[in-house]
Amino acid sequence: MNGSNKRAGDALVWLLLLTMPYWLHWVGGYTSLGTQVVVLALAAMSLNFLLGFTGVLSFGHAAFFGLGAYGVGMTIKYLVASTPLGMLVGVLVGTLAAGVIGALIVKLRGVYFAMVTIAFGQVFYFIAYRWNSVTGGDDGLAGWRRVPLHFGAHVIDILHNDRVFYYLVLICFAVSVAIMAALLRSPFGRTLLAIRENERRARFLGIPVDRHIWLSFVISCFFVSLAGTLYALLNNFADPHDLHWEQSGNFVIMAVLGGMRSFWGPLIGAAIFVLLQDYISSMTDNWQFFIGLFFVLVVLYFPRGVLGMIRRKAAQ
Amino acid sequence: MTQLILFNVFNGLIIGAFYALMALGLSLILNLTGVINFAHGGFLAIGAYLAYALIPYIGFWGALAVAPLLTAVIGLAVERFLIRRVYGRDPLYSLLLTFGLAFIFEDGTRYIWGPQTLPFSVPSWLNRPLSSDFFFLTGYRLFMVLLVLVAVIALFVILNRTRLGMRIRAGTTDLETVSVLGVNVRLLRNLNFGLGIYLAGLAGVLAAGMLGLQPTIGSSLIMPSFVAIIVGGLGSLPGTLLGGLLIGVASGVVTVYFPSASEAVIYVMMGLVLLIRPRGLLGEEGRVQ
Repeated sequence: MNGSNKRAGDALVWLLLLTMPYWLHWVGGYTSLGTQVVVLALAAMSLNFLLGFTGVLSFGHAAFFGLGAYGVGMTIKYLVASTPLGMLVGVLVGTLAAGVIGALIVKLRGVYFAMVTIAFGQVFYFIAYRWNSVTGGDDGLAGWRRVPLHFGAHVIDILHNDRVFYYLVLICFAVSVAIMAALLRSPFGRTLLAIRENERRARFLGIPVDRHIWLSFVISCFFVSLAGTLYALLNNFADPHDLHWEQSGNFVIMAVLGGMRSFWGPLIGAAIFVLLQDYISSMTDNWQFFIGLFFVLVVLYFPRGVLGMIRRKAAQ
Repeated sequence: MTQLILFNVFNGLIIGAFYALMALGLSLILNLTGVINFAHGGFLAIGAYLAYALIPYIGFWGALAVAPLLTAVIGLAVERFLIRRVYGRDPLYSLLLTFGLAFIFEDGTRYIWGPQTLPFSVPSWLNRPLSSDFFFLTGYRLFMVLLVLVAVIALFVILNRTRLGMRIRAGTTDLETVSVLGVNVRLLRNLNFGLGIYLAGLAGVLAAGMLGLQPTIGSSLIMPSFVAIIVGGLGSLPGTLLGGLLIGVASGVVTVYFPSASEAVIYVMMGLVLLIRPRGLLGEEGRVQ
């Protein structure tokens, strides 16, 4: 793909996202479904920072997503009724946990890295599940709502107006995505690509590989926690399943489905996944079966994802 | 109090035996093919439900003999038609594939047999406590521990004394060389997968007798099995066995003092092991990289 094509693609993506609340109902959607797409796309793109651009397979990102969700929920419910403060707490908690866990596992690679991230993810699930009195246990953390934003006398009502909330989410998404894109273009990001392509050579060149992977892991988890806080705000609810490894698997399939070697791939994957899940779960109780089947089919017949396929076709 | 501690230690040992049985199968597959079989819990559930379906016709003992074998046959087919196609590709794909299979198996069993817990009857003479002081020591529990012991010994005999076992061990070290030496590697991986799934099926029948039968029976046992492998050491089967027993007993002991942390404790153990000895208790040097 050449430069002007790429710019046209970027412009199209932003145009569609900016106008989404105005055309979504024509195609049978509703605003909060669009918000869900944007939030999960942020999560999948953050995961892809690690998965697609650093080449490290984390299968436990739901832990940090869920920490963000519970962080914002518990702050608003128990401490202060403020949306920005709650988000700050959620992101901080998720990023701190990622820093500690990342330091423990940064020496592992490949399947073993994946296995340890899966297992560590479950700690937080069990804490949320068992600590009934604080987290609401299996029922999830309810009884709180997002709080309208106050700027002096001016109030932005993100609680009652779905569209306003959508644009708040979109702003967070845009800033995060811009930061990740800038990071990937920087020398740091190029180093991550070098590690992905040939770790041994990168090491011989004197690059502190473990430190770079740790940093990439923490950055990725920072944005995933942000997505988690937005997800909880969207639902006015934090669900223990946000923390479960099934959720981690969903993020990975979104990235793969859209194309994990492309920057916008996970966005497309998230959109397809959310719409499909919404559709199947309205059709049958056994939607899990079909989601599983979908995983199998993607792996066997569609491993490069949507954008990977398009790029391959274009190259031929 | 002593009785309570003894009860929980013994309980932990039994649970640990399950973890170990399941983790050994996972480990076998992981070591030879580099595939983390997320669907292992699903196979366990299939084993349990098959036994449930067979008991009315051939009784408990018949089901105990036949159900794991049938599960292994299903495993052979799944390997042949699905898993085989992702060997040699990024581990991401095998993870996603088995992850999807886990969903399919769990929802499939739920669809066929329903979401409720089903009664799973073991012969009544097995369920009697052996002594009134140690009420928890039923014959079934003792029998389970013995059977797991027999299965583990049989597995190690197969691996160390038979041609198949030697080839599996050799393939774990260097599959390419084994292939060059004229061994049919496709068949080897297939049989190895079947062996691992047989252990999962066996664990399923035993677990159903103790925990009752529900579709989530497998997914609740799979995470601890991962932890068992990591604690015991990647690439080491004795390590996996040790890891399973250790985390079982640890969660049993913690249940006495701090019941709500009984699940979290195994992850704390995993964190400690990774901090002090990243390759695991009996892991070989260099396998984590």
